[in-house]
Order: sequence, then C-alpha cells, then structure tokens
Amino acid sequence: MKVPVNITVNGRSYQRDVEPRQLLVHFIRDLGGLTGTKVGCDTSQCGSCTVLLDGVAVKSCSCLAVQADGAAVTTIEGLAEQGTLHPLQEAFWDKHGLQCGFCTPGMILASHELLRHNPDPSDADIRHGLEGNLCRCTGYQNIVRAVRHAADALAEK
Amino acid sequence: MYPADFAYYRASSVQDAGRLMNEHPGAKFLAGGHSLIPLLKLRLAVPPALIDIGRIVDLSGVTVANGRLRIGALTPHAEVAASSDVATHAAALADAAGQIGDPAVRNRGTVGGNIAHADPASDLPAVLCALDASIGIVGASGDRTVPASEFFLGMMTTALGEDEIVTHVEIAAGQQHGSAYAKFPHPASRYAVIGVAAVIAADGDACRSAAVAVGGLVPAPVRASNVEQAVSGEALTDASFAKAAQRVGEDLGDEILGDLFASVEYRRAMAPVYVARSLSAAAARARK
Amino acid sequence: MATRLFGSGIRRREDPRLITGSATYTDDLTLPGMVHAAMLRSPHAHATVGTIDISRAQASPGVLAVYTGKDTSDGLQPMPCAWLVPDADLKVATYPCIATDTVRYVGDIVAVVVAEDPYQAYDALDLIDVEYTALPAVTNPAEAAGDGAPQVHADVDKNQAFHWAVSGGDVDAAFKDAEVVVKERIIQQRLIPNAMEPRAALAEYDQASGDLTLWNTTQNPHILRFLNSVVTGVPEDRARIIAPEVGGGFGSKIPAYPGEFITVFCAKQLGRPVKWNETRSENYQATTHGRDHVQEIELAAKKDGTITGLRCTVWAGMGAYLSTAAPGIPTILHGLMLPACYGIPAIKEDVYGVYTNTTPVEAYRGAGRPEATFMVERMVDRLAGEIGMDPADVRKKNLIPAFDDGHDTVTGLTYDSGDYPTALDKLLSHADYARLRAEQATARKSGRYIGLGLSTYVEMCGLGPSQVAGAIGFQGGLWESAIVRVHPTGKVHVFIGTSPHGQGEETTFAQIVADEIGVGADDVKVIHGDTDTTPMGWGTYGSRTTAVGGAALAKAARKVRDKAKVIAAHLLEAAVEDMEFADGKYSVKGSPDKAKSLAEVALMANVAWNMPANVEAGLEASTFYDPPNFTFPFGAHLAVVEVDKATGQVDLKRYVAIDDCGPQINPVIVEGQVHGGVVQGIGQALWEQAVYDDSGQLVTGSMLDYALPRAGRLPEIEVLSTVTPSPHHPLGVKGIGEAGTIASTVAVYNAVMDALGPLGVETIDMPFTPERVWRAIQQATKGH
Repeated sequence: MKVPVNITVNGRSYQRDVEPRQLLVHFIRDLGGLTGTKVGCDTSQCGSCTVLLDGVAVKSCSCLAVQADGAAVTTIEGLAEQGTLHPLQEAFWDKHGLQCGFCTPGMILASHELLRHNPDPSDADIRHGLEGNLCRCTGYQNIVRAVRHAADALAEK
Repeated sequence: MYPADFAYYRASSVQDAGRLMNEHPGAKFLAGGHSLIPLLKLRLAVPPALIDIGRIVDLSGVTVANGRLRIGALTPHAEVAASSDVATHAAALADAAGQIGDPAVRNRGTVGGNIAHADPASDLPAVLCALDASIGIVGASGDRTVPASEFFLGMMTTALGEDEIVTHVEIAAGQQHGSAYAKFPHPASRYAVIGVAAVIAADGDACRSAAVAVGGLVPAPVRASNVEQAVSGEALTDASFAKAAQRVGEDLGDEILGDLFASVEYRRAMAPVYVARSLSAAAARARK
Repeated sequence: MATRLFGSGIRRREDPRLITGSATYTDDLTLPGMVHAAMLRSPHAHATVGTIDISRAQASPGVLAVYTGKDTSDGLQPMPCAWLVPDADLKVATYPCIATDTVRYVGDIVAVVVAEDPYQAYDALDLIDVEYTALPAVTNPAEAAGDGAPQVHADVDKNQAFHWAVSGGDVDAAFKDAEVVVKERIIQQRLIPNAMEPRAALAEYDQASGDLTLWNTTQNPHILRFLNSVVTGVPEDRARIIAPEVGGGFGSKIPAYPGEFITVFCAKQLGRPVKWNETRSENYQATTHGRDHVQEIELAAKKDGTITGLRCTVWAGMGAYLSTAAPGIPTILHGLMLPACYGIPAIKEDVYGVYTNTTPVEAYRGAGRPEATFMVERMVDRLAGEIGMDPADVRKKNLIPAFDDGHDTVTGLTYDSGDYPTALDKLLSHADYARLRAEQATARKSGRYIGLGLSTYVEMCGLGPSQVAGAIGFQGGLWESAIVRVHPTGKVHVFIGTSPHGQGEETTFAQIVADEIGVGADDVKVIHGDTDTTPMGWGTYGSRTTAVGGAALAKAARKVRDKAKVIAAHLLEAAVEDMEFADGKYSVKGSPDKAKSLAEVALMANVAWNMPANVEAGLEASTFYDPPNFTFPFGAHLAVVEVDKATGQVDLKRYVAIDDCGPQINPVIVEGQVHGGVVQGIGQALWEQAVYDDSGQLVTGSMLDYALPRAGRLPEIEVLSTVTPSPHHPLGVKGIGEAGTIASTVAVYNAVMDALGPLGVETIDMPFTPERVWRAIQQATKGH
C-alpha cells in the first residue's frame, strides 16, 4: 500500500507514491541523479547518509520517507549556491579533509550542523561534534582542520 | 538494509493514535524512529503496521509551570540537551540527553520514544528515576501518570499498555539540588555500559540527601538506596563518595548484564567508580 | 624559473566531484532495465546443506530468478587463489562461488535472488528454506591446527593450508649463546577493514555480442578481468571492468569475490543489468578480514642490548577458503621483514596457514608487515625491560647505520636505502623524550600511569619486481605501465594501470607529468580504473601505486619530453644536442628566447605538417616499468598514553610520527596518508576486533559492536619526516600508504605496557578494552 508524499529536496518539490518502508536515503537516491548521499552501514553508526531535514542534520537511513513528507531536505548536492562552493566544501578541499570521499557528504553536512550550533568551535568541540560520522581514511585530523578553517571563513563573511 | 513491508497510519491526535492501535493489533507506534527503525531494517521487528505519532501537536517542547519541568514526549534529545530550563532544574537530564548517540541521532530521537523502548543501555531511564520524574501516559482508557521507578519494569519492558503512548515526563522544578550523569559509553554503539545519575541536596559542605540511580548494567534502572543512605549526612568529598559508592553492589540485585565488551564482573566492579563520579559531579553543582 | 610541482602541496584534483556529491561510486549507477541481486548467506559456520526450497521466493513479488549452487556450478568455476607460495605444501581447497553441499563460514553464499528492487529481493531471501545440518566449527587458528579439531575441508589434513618457513643466519647458535632470552605469545586479533563504501557490483551483459561490462569496487580491475575470465568464462577481450569511484579498500578490495561473479552470472542469464550492493552486515560477514595471527616469539640478545636472534612460530588464520592473494600475506610480506631496522643476524620463522570456519583473511593495510613489525618491536621493549635499559637506547644500539645503496638481510632482501638512526633521533628530540620520561616519573609518584611507546619500522613496498613475483608464487606480474598522450592544445591525458581509490594519484601523477614535460598540473588528466581505456596494470595496493606506477609514468613522460625536444629542435632549426628542457620550455642552450612550449610542439606533432625526418606523428609515449627491487620506507613513532587504573581505560595523549618515504611529491597528501594509517593502527591497539563465538557466529557483526576509531578519542597526530631517496627509483620515491599502520599499533601497545610496567603487567591481548586492562591490573596487583 503506497503512500503519497511531497518532499522538497534541494529546493525542488517531489511528489511520489512510496512504500511506507522506504528509507529516506533510498527515496533521495532514487530520485535520479542525487546519489551524493551514501549508505555506509545498517545501524546508524557511520553518518554517511547525513542530510539536513528542515535545516537539521539527520541520518537519512534511520528515517522513513513518509516521515519526511512535507519537509525540505538538503543534500550535499544542494549545499553549493549557484555554483559557488559552500565554505565547508572549500575548506574540506583546501585542508585535504577527504581521501576516498565516501564519508565526505555526510561529514560536511554533520559539520554544517556543528557550526550552526557553535560557530567558533575548538578542535575538541569539532571532534566531539563529529562523533556520529565515521571516516576510515583521514584519521579525522584534516577534517578537524577543515571545519576550523570553514568556521573562520564563515566568520569573515 | 531493507525493512519488511508494513502498513502506515498517521495519527492526528493521541486519541486517534489509540484508536488506530486498536484497529491494527500488533502495530507499533513510530515517533522519531531511532529505536524502532534500526530494528525494522535488521528485520528484528516485523510489525504489520506503524502508527506515526510524530506529527501530533502539543507533544513536543520543554516548559516550566506550576513548579514542574515538563518535557513533551516528542521533544528531540538535542532540544532537551540544549534547554536552559532542563539545565537549571534537571542538569543530569541535560547531561544524559547530550550524550545519547550523536548529534544527528539527538536531532531525531525523542524522549518518549527512548523511554517507551526502554533499552537497558539507554541513558534516560536512570536519570528519570534519580530525579523522581513522573511519566505521563495516555491511552484508550484515559490518562494516567506513573512514577519513573514504576515505569521501567525490565529489559525493554515498561508499564505502557498496548494502546498507550507516553505524552510527557515531568520533574519537580526549583529544587535546591545538584544533579549529574556519569556515563561509560560503549566505544562502538555509544550506548551506556554503565550510566549513573546522582542528585544531591547540599547542606553546607555536607550531603543533606541524595538520590542515585544506576542503569546500563541492569535490565531496568535501579535506585541505589544503600548508597543514598550511606552518603546522606556525610561530607561532600570524593573520599566519602567513594566509600558510599561501594554500597552499590547491594543495590544492583542479581541480574547484571554482561557482553563481549564488558562482562558482568567488570561492570559490577565499575559501578562504584561511576557512582562516585556521578556523586562528585552532582555535588559540584549542588554547592553552587 | 618555472615552479616545480613535485614537492608542492597543491589541492587535489579529485575533490570537486567528491565534495559536491557528483562522484559516481558503483552503487550510484543506474542502467535502464536494471534489477537487483541479494545473496542468501549461511547462518551456520559449518553445516551440510540439504534441500533448498526456493519455490516461495520465486513466487514473491518482483522476483525474476533465484539461483542456488546447483544452478551455477556449470556457469561459475571455483574461485582461484592467485598467490601460490612455493615450498609451502600449499593446499588450495575448492572455493565454490555458491556453496552446494557444505557451508564453511557464516556468510558463505547459498543462493542468490534477483528482483526488480532491492526491497523485493530481500523479501524473497526470507522465503528461501534451506535444510542445514550443523557441524562442529573451529575459529581459532592455533586450535584449528591442533589434534582433533573439526576439519574445515575433508581433504586438508589438520586444516593446514600451508607451512612456510624462512631462516637465515645461525639461529641455534644465537640462542645457545644468548645472555638474555625474552619470550612472548602475541595475538594479532582479527580485524575488519571497514572501507566506508561497502562492496558493490553492476554487471551488464549483451547476450548478442557476448560483451560484458562489470563495474566493481576493486583496487585492481585488470586482475579482476583476468579472474573473471577464469570464473565466469567471459573472455578478457569481451569483458570491460570498470572501477569507478571506489570508497576505500585497505586491502579488502584486492581480492575477487563470489559476489561480483554471481552478479555477472545473473546478468548473463537474465539479459538485464544486475546490481548487487552488499549491506554493512554482509560486509562484516563476507568481505575479507585482516591479521588473525597467533604468534610465539623468542628474542636472543646480549646483556648489553645487542640483539642476536629471533625465533618464532605463527599460526595464521586463513578463514574458510584461500582468498585471492591470501597465502602471500603472512609469509612473503611478513617473514621476510623480520630482520627489521636492526638487521637481526639470525632468524627462523615457521608460519602455519590454517583453515578455520571464518571469513577469509586477506591483505589489510600493511598486510603482513604490521604483524612482523609488532613482533620485533614488542620484543625489543621486552628486552629493554629485562636488561633494565631504556627502550630508546636498545633501539639505538641495534639500528643499522645509515646506508644509501643497499643493505642485505639474512632473509634475502636488499633494503634500498635508509637512515634509521636519524629518524629515531629526530623523533626523540622533537618529542623531548627525556622530558617525557621525567614527567612520567613524576606522574607515577602521584598515582598516575603514563606510558611511552616507541616503534621503528622498515617495510617492503613498491611490489615488484616481476621476476621476484614469479619466484614467490604470485600468479601475475608486478610491473606497471603508463601512457602519456599530449593533445594538440598541449593538454595531457595520462592513462595508468594502477587504480587509486582515495590516495590522490590523479593529483600527484599530474604533478609528476607537469614537471617532466612542462605543463601545469591542471593541464593533466589522469585516467584510471577502466580496462578498456587504460593500459594493463596490476593495481593499487602494497604502497606500490606511486612507487611503481609513478615510475612508469615518469619514464613515459621523459620519452614524451625527449620527442618534444626533437620536434622543437626541428622547428627552431637547431641541433637536438643543442636543445635543453628548462623552465618548462624546450629551448636552445644559451638562447632562452629561442624556445618552444609543449603546446607549440604538441600542435605540430598532432597536425604533423612539418615533422623532422623519421619522426612519427603524435606526441605520446608508453612505458612498462618493472622495478629492479622493492622500495623500503621506514620511520620511527612514539605514542604517549595514560591508563586509568580504576577503570582500565586508556587515553591516547600524544602521537608523533616520523616517516621517510623518500622525496614527497605532495606533502599534504603524504601527511594525510600518515594520519589515516596511524589511526588505523591505533584502532587495532585500542578498539577493533572481530570476534567469533565457539559456534562460529560473528559476535561483532555490525558497527554497533565493532568499535572503529572516532574523532573524539584521538589526539592530534604530529607528523614529521626525513627524506632518503630510493637509489633505484626514477623519482627516488618509496611509498607511504601503509607506513602509519605498520608503526602505530605496536607503538601504542608498548606505551600501554610501559604505563603498566610498575604494576607488574607484562602482556595483554589486543585490543586494550578497559576490561582487559583492568583485569591485567587486578591480576598483577593481587596481594600487593
């Protein structure tokens, strides 16, 4: 029994009939082209699927599409504005905050959440704030640098 | 992972939720989904239907009125952790809410969902017991309020009836006490291997009264009454906390949980350490 | 002077697509008519398989097909093992893609479902009824090698997959004459690699032409094409293997797996593109694991700290089947490195590869070398404790003095170049080791347990040469190839046979080429990971991509440069001998204004209107580079920990790494490799372990139980380096991918044991869970 939903993703509204069991992450990935949101685990530990749901970071593998009905989702594809990278994206690039890139979309959106609450975080704050996101490549160090760098860039704006 | 199929109903009110539950036996209530959806994905839970209570208005938010701190069941953990009212009146609860899962989980997981699920490794049950919280419940047969100590009955077992949902938790506001939560998190799951909540009312440099509840290593949170008695009237020092904490063994009962990461014996040995740490942190706040 | 790009920490060229979500990993692909496969995996570690009833699954909505081992036994040949280590009595047990009569580990595939969507495929899995008769299982390699252990394969006696030995020097004399002998039994626990991207495959097969395209999460597409031809029967000329964006591997994406071949089989049968994407739970059960050694070690020495010999026996768990490269890991890549940085003069090691009812074990970052480094570096600390010397001093006493063109070991290797004493000295002075020791002493007086842990390491990487590959049973070559093609506008395509998946070679290789031929890094696009468009190569693993592939590339670029010089000379009406390549220009010596840019040369080469006599059109070159030796990066690391005596919790307070990978093409990328590698090694010491219970169930079956390093529990890693070029490499570079992991596990281990030394604790099995540390403290302090 499918259920109609209307979910706005990166500013565009999508009306779909979905199975209630469909996870939000699969809804997003099946829209066509929006595959930046990743699935890295089964148990909501890795954070690769992190998106912003009405501006708030959530793990889209632990949310049903029907729960997001009427909501606005921002994925990694929606972070840059008119072709200009978000300062977090620039910072991850500048500070070599990624290697294989698989955790990166989730990591950037989790960092977005972190800076929303704490625009001037210490390294310890950043490390604590990213505890829900796993990266196997970087050892986190350059991610911490990137978030700190982005915080500075955002403060200058 | 992919959940098995289920039907989906969205409740518009608590009454509607009860009605839907009666119409769909075996269904599960869905709030934030952070306890339930992982089970659905692993197909460890295969309910025929979900009743989504996540959109019921008036079930979310933190308020203080009539000497009571009231937290709506749909309030996400992040909001509890960030609430100045919670920090003022129930600091241990803010501590605990801020240590559940991770930031994204805290944005989505709800207080009501957490306590209705009653995972022994969850953080909130012990805190609510130590703070003598009451749990507001509504169901087909009407409203009722249950003390936290009578709400958590065992592993994943609560006083909730099939068709009942948690509406809110309430804690006495304006109490002259300090409270804190000390947690030993599992390195992978972030759940509590041990979590101890302590509430201390100070009388100068002495402890006038204390409430201590222990979770994580027991099927349902336990009030450590022996510790509470032992610490009451004593000086607010780490030495007296350490001494009183030794009594926790008498409070824990026979059923201690153990797993690959931390055995029964180890957890039993760690209980006094975390009891002492929670007392110490609570005392620091009580003195202020 | 044109800026040299070699040595510059420029931003990565890969990143724009990765930070915007436009990168395409295997699971991001969708093809018209695509359907989805899901694997039914054995819940038993060891069982016979009776009837399999697939009728309900076949009738389930959306299901196109269900296949069992009976259906695939003709279309899928057994999985080959590709590292047939010689002189080791190797017994390669039959490894079917889908089990037919017996399952041998939890995760062994018994059936596959193909359905219109993955939800339907998983629904159908629940409807397959399999009759299992459980058999006794064995999971510990040392136990599996013992008498009376359950037999994983009926035709492999005592579960012994191989017995390999290495020896050099007079080890008996070393122990007979030893003034001090220290012994230890070490468990190198089993680890789960945990590349963040689970494995996936997408197979598209044209039944009319017989053409197959397989997108797969692989570190080595060319090897996979070869193995695919063996298993699925699709000839190499008909198979195109594409490794699109690959989200980390750490060794786990080297081997070929049944999953991708079953996906190919389904695509062939159904004539529709079939995608299979493993879940993380499947990844834990069925993607290869690492380590799993039980090691017994003795070290012989003099009282003054001089190490005279090492003798050891290792039981290496191989899992239920021999994975693609598995036999070479605990043997060649392990035992040959035992002389370590000390040139230990007498070595004897016996390695028993043992089948167990567990997930196959393969290369995992460092692959054999961390396990060897651990043994030696742990024993050095034990020796230091035994003779009352500081561990730093024991190391100083034994390190091989600096050498720049070869040091022979008793295990038959020739280290290319090294300056181990300088690395250690730099580490000790940067960290202010003496002050740390003083602080440790002060802390102890106040009941705080701080520990310092050192490790030094040298690793063999840059695998080849191919002649050695043949001699050590590797069923392939270990050379690399590269093509450099300059287009008419001077823009460059580089085609390589290696297959990076996070290491950043799209950037570092562009840097190499830019300097060699005189273009900007942005003018160079590096193309990899597609067997139809890239030259043959052996893949990305063993810290070999830059060490071998980078050398091939440098040589190809130099050929282009030489040709460009000839063409430029012709255009400038100068003699070739009078030409030079300077400041990124092809100019006449002494007349810098008489010069041609690469773009000018490239235009003429491509239009070929006016070429020198006997010079072919085009500006392109290829090389096949087979290295004359391995490369041998090295370094010295220090960990500082504090142990909470009450709880056993370990706090890693500081970590300093000195690594020498030769000249660094891009120091920012090098530093990133060190960070990641160090943290993976720390993970082994402190948190990670794959645990099977006695019945063979994987107890740590998800990220809820298997503890990976998280940001909040790590200190800032201090990264320093020394630079000792490899004498035989065209660029002098050595490789850095695995260094951190090789050094860090034992550094942290030694630090924790150093902290607990005053309490009398001598050994604790990894990882240092709080309970294990607490128990060790309780045990040691009993009665005190």
